[in-house]
Amino acid sequence: MPALTLTIDGRLVSSRAGETLLQVIRGNGIDLPTLCYLEGLSPRGGCRLCMVEVAGREKPQAACVTPAEEGMVVTTGSERLQRYRRQIVELLLAERNHTCSVCVVNGQCELQSLAARFGIDHVRYAYLSPRLPLDASHQRFGMDPGRCVLCARCVRTCDEVEGAHTLDLRGRGVRSCISIDLNEPWGRSETCTTCGKCVQSCPTGALFEKWTARGEKVRAPELIPRILAWRETHER
Amino acid sequence: MNASDLEKLALHEAGRERRYCLRISICMGSPCMAAGAAAVKTAIEELIDRHGAAADIRVVGTGCVGPCSRGPILLVVTRDGTEYRYERVTPPAAAALVDRFLNGDVAPTERLLPADLPFFTGQTRLVLANCGYTDPERIEDYIARGGYQSLSRAIHHLSPEAVCEEVTRSGLRGRGGAGYPTGVKWELVRKASGSRKYVVANGDEGDPGAYMDRTIMEADPHRVLEGMALAGFAVGAEQGYIYVRGEYPLAAARLRQAIQTAERLQLLGGRILESRVNFRIDLRMGAGAFVCGEETALLASVMGRRGHPVTRPPYPAQRGLRGCPTLINNVETFATIPTIIRYGWEEFASVGGPGNSGTKVFAICGDLVNAGLVEVPLGTTLRQIVEEIGGGVTGGAFKAAQTGGPSGGCIPAGHLDTPMDYEQLKALGSIMGSGGLIVMNDQRCMVDVARFFIGFCQDESCGKCVPCRAGTVQMGLLLDRICSGLASACDLEQLEELCHLLQETSLCGLGSAAPNPVLSTLRHFRDEYEAHVMDHCCPAAVCNMAATEAACQP
Amino acid sequence: MKGERTNRLRVATLWLSGCSGCHMSLLDTDEFLLKLAEAIDLVHSPLADAPKFPSGVDLVLIEGGVGTEHDLERALLARSRSRQVVSLGDCAITGNVPALRNPLDREAIIREVYGVAWQPERLPALLPAVLPLHRVIAVDLFIPGCPPEPERIRTVLTAIIRGEAPQLPQEMLSFG
Repeated sequence: MPALTLTIDGRLVSSRAGETLLQVIRGNGIDLPTLCYLEGLSPRGGCRLCMVEVAGREKPQAACVTPAEEGMVVTTGSERLQRYRRQIVELLLAERNHTCSVCVVNGQCELQSLAARFGIDHVRYAYLSPRLPLDASHQRFGMDPGRCVLCARCVRTCDEVEGAHTLDLRGRGVRSCISIDLNEPWGRSETCTTCGKCVQSCPTGALFEKWTARGEKVRAPELIPRILAWRETHER
Repeated sequence: MNASDLEKLALHEAGRERRYCLRISICMGSPCMAAGAAAVKTAIEELIDRHGAAADIRVVGTGCVGPCSRGPILLVVTRDGTEYRYERVTPPAAAALVDRFLNGDVAPTERLLPADLPFFTGQTRLVLANCGYTDPERIEDYIARGGYQSLSRAIHHLSPEAVCEEVTRSGLRGRGGAGYPTGVKWELVRKASGSRKYVVANGDEGDPGAYMDRTIMEADPHRVLEGMALAGFAVGAEQGYIYVRGEYPLAAARLRQAIQTAERLQLLGGRILESRVNFRIDLRMGAGAFVCGEETALLASVMGRRGHPVTRPPYPAQRGLRGCPTLINNVETFATIPTIIRYGWEEFASVGGPGNSGTKVFAICGDLVNAGLVEVPLGTTLRQIVEEIGGGVTGGAFKAAQTGGPSGGCIPAGHLDTPMDYEQLKALGSIMGSGGLIVMNDQRCMVDVARFFIGFCQDESCGKCVPCRAGTVQMGLLLDRICSGLASACDLEQLEELCHLLQETSLCGLGSAAPNPVLSTLRHFRDEYEAHVMDHCCPAAVCNMAATEAACQP
Repeated sequence: MKGERTNRLRVATLWLSGCSGCHMSLLDTDEFLLKLAEAIDLVHSPLADAPKFPSGVDLVLIEGGVGTEHDLERALLARSRSRQVVSLGDCAITGNVPALRNPLDREAIIREVYGVAWQPERLPALLPAVLPLHRVIAVDLFIPGCPPEPERIRTVLTAIIRGEAPQLPQEMLSFG
């Protein structure tokens, strides 16, 4: 496989052809923030947190969906990018009802830690406070759309890893929601295999195991790439 | 049918046309239909039946004649070729009118639109050439006026390279809004490797106040099909899709009928005109999402998936429908192609200006005397369109014109003499867009206008990327605050900050262009924003500044 | 005596729509309270017996979101009489638990909670939504947390007493 040479934050690095910018950047020890990206799943480019500046391109590019190219000069943490990332996390915090204090994933949440990482001590935008009923009809799991960031990690996990495609998106814009089958209560789904991988992939407390209280959800999103890696070695 | 059959049919039809002593066209575009054109047509047909004159007179329901706000429009062409256009025709008035023509009287002057009305004389109709003359449901009408001759010529006498070359040299640019050189795109798809390629026509027109594509599809569906078939031949595709907005049932019905008749005459489908060229076209209906006008979302929708855009590159020309190289152009772009191939690139490039050749169809509406559909050479000034063709502004002085829909911007009075071309509009912070042009008088509040467009983008955001999904909502709330007199300077600052975020970080064009209406009004009408924010008053007295804080809570 | 007074910060605390947990957390700063007592005068607080919000306050720590007309009045008054306003805890910063009512219908909640016993004149009117403090008045500093750990409060107050600009490190910034 041919090797490429890129400059990332002033450092010359090499990468294999076919890698995305995100893979190259993370592979070189730079902790580029992401939210909708989860290793092993197809990249989505929706959260826009992994945006980087590429010399010669007018606008920042989402690293997770930008292929690395020979000679690219990439900046990952300019003041402008930091400002945009902060704005995006603020927009997410204001969009739904992310009440950290009473959340099953308090202390382990990706959105919560991103907010702290970007120094967000308050949100300047108006809270939209949408009314989104919780689905507790499933025997083992619950879904609180009020805590959802619409990253679609669960949708992709269900489709690409479990192969069930129980979860999908419905609605448009700010009214988008994760939908179970054709908008059924989760407990009535005939396609859900109750595998629980969606719960593991969720970065926030939107999907959770029942009977967990504040801060008790144990997250293991690394399970998804591990399952895929295991499959690869055993299916060969 | 082969090439010579096609020519014979054209001659035959043209001869038949000449035998009529009177030709009466009733505009059957959606606006005139809504104004009662169908009843007018029935009244005329009944009258002619009573006179037993059906053999000498042709009554034809046609596509858009133009001045939609004056519909239903009746066009009478006498044997000597003189044209009389009548406005706001009712069934009894139409019967009376036709009666006088039948009796050989001088043409009635009541409801008559003057022949030298700038609305008509100021236009150059290439794409809309058949509008008002042909019956969109009769393929013979299209053929009689030279239809499918370009396709026949291309298939039998030109190579795919030559067709691409012709389009490239014509200087045609995408009429969907961005103005990408059409020939370059065709060339990319032609050269792309892959045994299977596709041609897709984007008829998902959704800008508020714009209906150019609808009119073209309704009035002259075969022109679009011929353009697509030419594209298929040029790039090496055998399958085309035409994606029609779900809210356009009439356009879809006429296209469906047109595809069937064209296939029956071997002008589409397998072995076109007995050559070895195949090109099928299938219709796909949208389901009401504006974002499906974005090409990657449109392709997803054609494939039956959720209409979500994806990051480019890869561009559809490299990897589009089902992973194959795909040529995607706007309906109006395709409708321009037959003209270019028929008359040659020089002829086409002689219209308009350098780098902006040809004509553009605009849907002009708003505070105008003559609202409707007009086709003018690119580079025509805004003043000509508003004051001459549009007949001037109603209800006050000209304040601004909004072009390009929710992705465009406002052009103030100071720039009335701007030539309407891709670069000049961009320099003013607006865009050509698909051709919507909304004229506003001085009774309009520009902040309120910006708020309207942000509301539109908010409703139409697909929800995939955060800046567009949540950012448009916050922008809407900030504009609500400004329009209620509750905003502070800090809100205005936040609004501008969000504009930049959306521009730079949104995934697709819908999000990155969503701030344009705000940015362009901020640029040209900042004083109005400041009056709302600093003095808590709306200079145009449109906004209710007495609203309470509660009104601004989501 | 007079000179000594000017050196001491005039500090107030306010309890709006919150659970008083942030005040508990303040009291939880243990021996720091003694240091605090040396450096400040607590001029108004639910923890002190001073019913009126005085003027000329240097620093006011406000706990809770703005959920009622009464909250709104007090927030505005506190702002007008204080040099520096600190949002103490998640309720003041985000609305937090009291704001859980925001998606719901205000009248329906009142009916649900008070039933027939509801006497509108006995309680302050609810605002349409519980708002973060900074949506209502200008806020200078934010101490997130539910409740904010005593360490966070101590860090901020220590800096203020020393006359430095307080800066919470990243690990002290998370909500919840």
